[in-house]
Amino acid sequence: MTERAPSPLLLIHPSRGLIDEKFSVIVQHLPPFIEITLHALIHSDDGDLWEAFGHYVSDATGLVNVDSNASLGGTYDGLEPMGLLWSMRPVPGSRLGLRLRKKEVNTPVVVTISVYRGHMGQGFNEQTALASVVAERWYMAPGVRRLDITEAGVTGTLFLPSGPGPFPALLDLWGGGGGLVEYRSALLASHGFASLALEYMTPRTSGDSTSHVGNEYFEAAFTLLKQHPQVCGDRIAIVGLSFGASVALGMAVYSTVIQPRCLVCVSCSHVQPVKGSLSDVFADISKYVHNINTRYDEENRVIWRDLLLPIPTDPTKKVDMGKLPCPVLLIVGEDDQNWPATESAEDMKQMMEKAGNSHLLTTLSYPGTGHLIEPPYSPHVRVSNFMMTQTRQKILVLWGGDTAPHSHAQEDSWKKTITFLEEHLYRTTSVTSQSQL
Amino acid sequence: MFPNKLLSSTMATISPLLSVKPTRGLVDEKIQIIVRNVPPRFPVTLHSLFHSEDKDYWEAFGHYTSDNRGTVTVSEHASVGGTYEGTEPMGLLWSMHPAPGSRTGLRLRKMNVLTPMVVHISVYSGHVTEGFSKQSPLATVDIERWYLAPGVRRIDIRDEEVKGTLFIPPGPGPFPGVLDLWGGGGGLVEYRSALLASHGFVSMALEYISTEKNRASNLHIKYFEKAFRIVQEHPLVMKDSVALFGLSLGTSITLHMAAYSKAVSPRCCVCVSGMTDTELNTNYIFKGGRILGGVIWKDIMLPIPTDPGLKVDMGRIKCPVILIVGEDDQNLAAVESAEDLTQMMRAAGNEHLLTTFRYPGAGHLIEPPYTPHVRASKFMVHQTGEKVTMLWGGYPKPHASAQEDSWEKILRFLQQHLYPSQDSVPKAKL
Repeated sequence: MTERAPSPLLLIHPSRGLIDEKFSVIVQHLPPFIEITLHALIHSDDGDLWEAFGHYVSDATGLVNVDSNASLGGTYDGLEPMGLLWSMRPVPGSRLGLRLRKKEVNTPVVVTISVYRGHMGQGFNEQTALASVVAERWYMAPGVRRLDITEAGVTGTLFLPSGPGPFPALLDLWGGGGGLVEYRSALLASHGFASLALEYMTPRTSGDSTSHVGNEYFEAAFTLLKQHPQVCGDRIAIVGLSFGASVALGMAVYSTVIQPRCLVCVSCSHVQPVKGSLSDVFADISKYVHNINTRYDEENRVIWRDLLLPIPTDPTKKVDMGKLPCPVLLIVGEDDQNWPATESAEDMKQMMEKAGNSHLLTTLSYPGTGHLIEPPYSPHVRVSNFMMTQTRQKILVLWGGDTAPHSHAQEDSWKKTITFLEEHLYRTTSVTSQSQL
Repeated sequence: MFPNKLLSSTMATISPLLSVKPTRGLVDEKIQIIVRNVPPRFPVTLHSLFHSEDKDYWEAFGHYTSDNRGTVTVSEHASVGGTYEGTEPMGLLWSMHPAPGSRTGLRLRKMNVLTPMVVHISVYSGHVTEGFSKQSPLATVDIERWYLAPGVRRIDIRDEEVKGTLFIPPGPGPFPGVLDLWGGGGGLVEYRSALLASHGFVSMALEYISTEKNRASNLHIKYFEKAFRIVQEHPLVMKDSVALFGLSLGTSITLHMAAYSKAVSPRCCVCVSGMTDTELNTNYIFKGGRILGGVIWKDIMLPIPTDPGLKVDMGRIKCPVILIVGEDDQNLAAVESAEDLTQMMRAAGNEHLLTTFRYPGAGHLIEPPYTPHVRASKFMVHQTGEKVTMLWGGYPKPHASAQEDSWEKILRFLQQHLYPSQDSVPKAKL
């Protein structure tokens, strides 16, 4: 009986990592100078399959190391140690408009990494791999605690880091898609911040299917954090994406209750009817949704970025950035097709320079990057399904961005976000000095 | 009232940023511990705490002083006191000892490999040496230490009389195989096999001395041959790439099989802390039905017999052997035995098969790295039912170094010999 060739040795380190940690992928004991494909596969909570692959050639010793060898093609190319994760996309034949989001943060994302013979582009499930291992990717570090919050009229989930505390805290606001999105807060808690993921867009939080929460809701959430025994009440920041970031700016400037130590605003705009509530903002936006300013691309997907353009000169139509009392980190995707993030950032800067508080502003602007700038190494999508919260209508929305630059932007901006938050919430430097990033 | 913060008119509140990576790692993986955001040149204590399956507390600690940036980097800074000293990246794990007030004679062994060891790493203000449970740390990070990588499968083997546990790496295979033999302590000890499978080997942990009163032990060579076959004939195992791995009594069995078995033939052998006696050790100890001293067995075995009939004929060994010896082994005469078997092989002309690593200051229980060393622990002598305190030997730091170095050398040895070599190609540098 002839001996089968041995399985090459495929090593992933760490085999259990946090979502934002890098891993190394090394294949040993291959024949020298052969073509192989490295393949990653995720079976999502929604039952979809996502995959990525890169083409490599083993060296004279039969080794492939993604840290030092370039991919020659596949869903990513070049020297990209994390390409197997960020370049993932739904397998051929999948439903349209998917987005990979982990709802259950107590369990890891399980990734199967395999080595195949030759440079393959499809049909991975019909071939037997040469070797295959499993890596876990976690949003929650060991010891992080998850608490449901349903008090003071506030609905959300609080994540506390391990240890005795008390901890600096974050109010974590997602965008117009609504629901209770926990994974970013779970990850922030794994970095030492108590983080409250707040649900505010779902009709049930306002108790009325047509109206939205008022400013008091956010003030109640902020106060809840401030009074929590495991939170340092004077060290609370707000992290917001998209609509959530706009809310953060409005609250920081106009609320007497909400006094954040700093803000992180991702893909946002300051354009909103000031002194109004969320309802007013929404009413304004829904006026535009079906009007001439909604563009569609060649595949009939919604481009909303023009809704807020041109940036108004009327001061009642945008947040008075000159009155912003705390440092703000602005993260902008230059290919944002959903919000006019670049134009807004430019206008915000001008307002702050005129008012004399621009030393509070730090802007990170990334070419080729779209709207959904999230924690790193999860797949980028240029388009996905979006449910309109009021009408329950499902449409395809164009977010923008090209995969490689968008993924690099996620990696870079996340690192800088953590550094910015550590600087303002952990260190004792003066809050008026500009961030050293 | 926040007792964990130091408040004074000149000092701000201290909120250190403590990071330990990876937060979930294999037992043999190194960790990076960094403390940031304490005042510059500030004394701190790094502390580790583990609550074992047996409900004992184990702890270690190191005293540090932050640098000018208010940072402590354990891989670069020296501990100036505690359960370890010097620049020791893994000191908080390998120097653990039972917390004050614990039962005596403890040994730390993870019996359930499906769950991780959870270790709490904390930073305290000042140089603390006791009363850790009465103070609040400045910060704590929990880490998990696993014997099992994700995707490794665990399978109970109850094949006729053979009792063991098989661990299979993820993937289509085929894989090299290992038969994993522990020592006279008996029972079914799985963690080393789980870890070997996490490194790509199909590994079977075998029970051959039962810890149950009414089960007989099986020291007959046929039992081990049967167990070897189970590994070798597994559909995911390369039948010509199966090794024997033994510790202590397991080493005697390994050498015995390699030299005399007609039924099985290991590709290579790993021999840790063992001897070559043919009567498989136990008879030495129970000569006259009495246990001598009870504590130090090494001296009973000396001198090494000159009568070849009492030792494994090392000249008959045909496969590579790696020998791991702790020079402070107090349980077996491992050093003398190593010298003796080397001479036997030299005389027979097969010494080129032998690679020996001797570790000064290391004791008998040379195990996978970063778990605590114990110089002595309670030991149940199954044949007589007597519980003694056995002296194993070794000192914490040299023993920890020996575990770290020997494990790396063992894995490399197994990979080198169990993967078919490609003669036209130089070996991969690991």
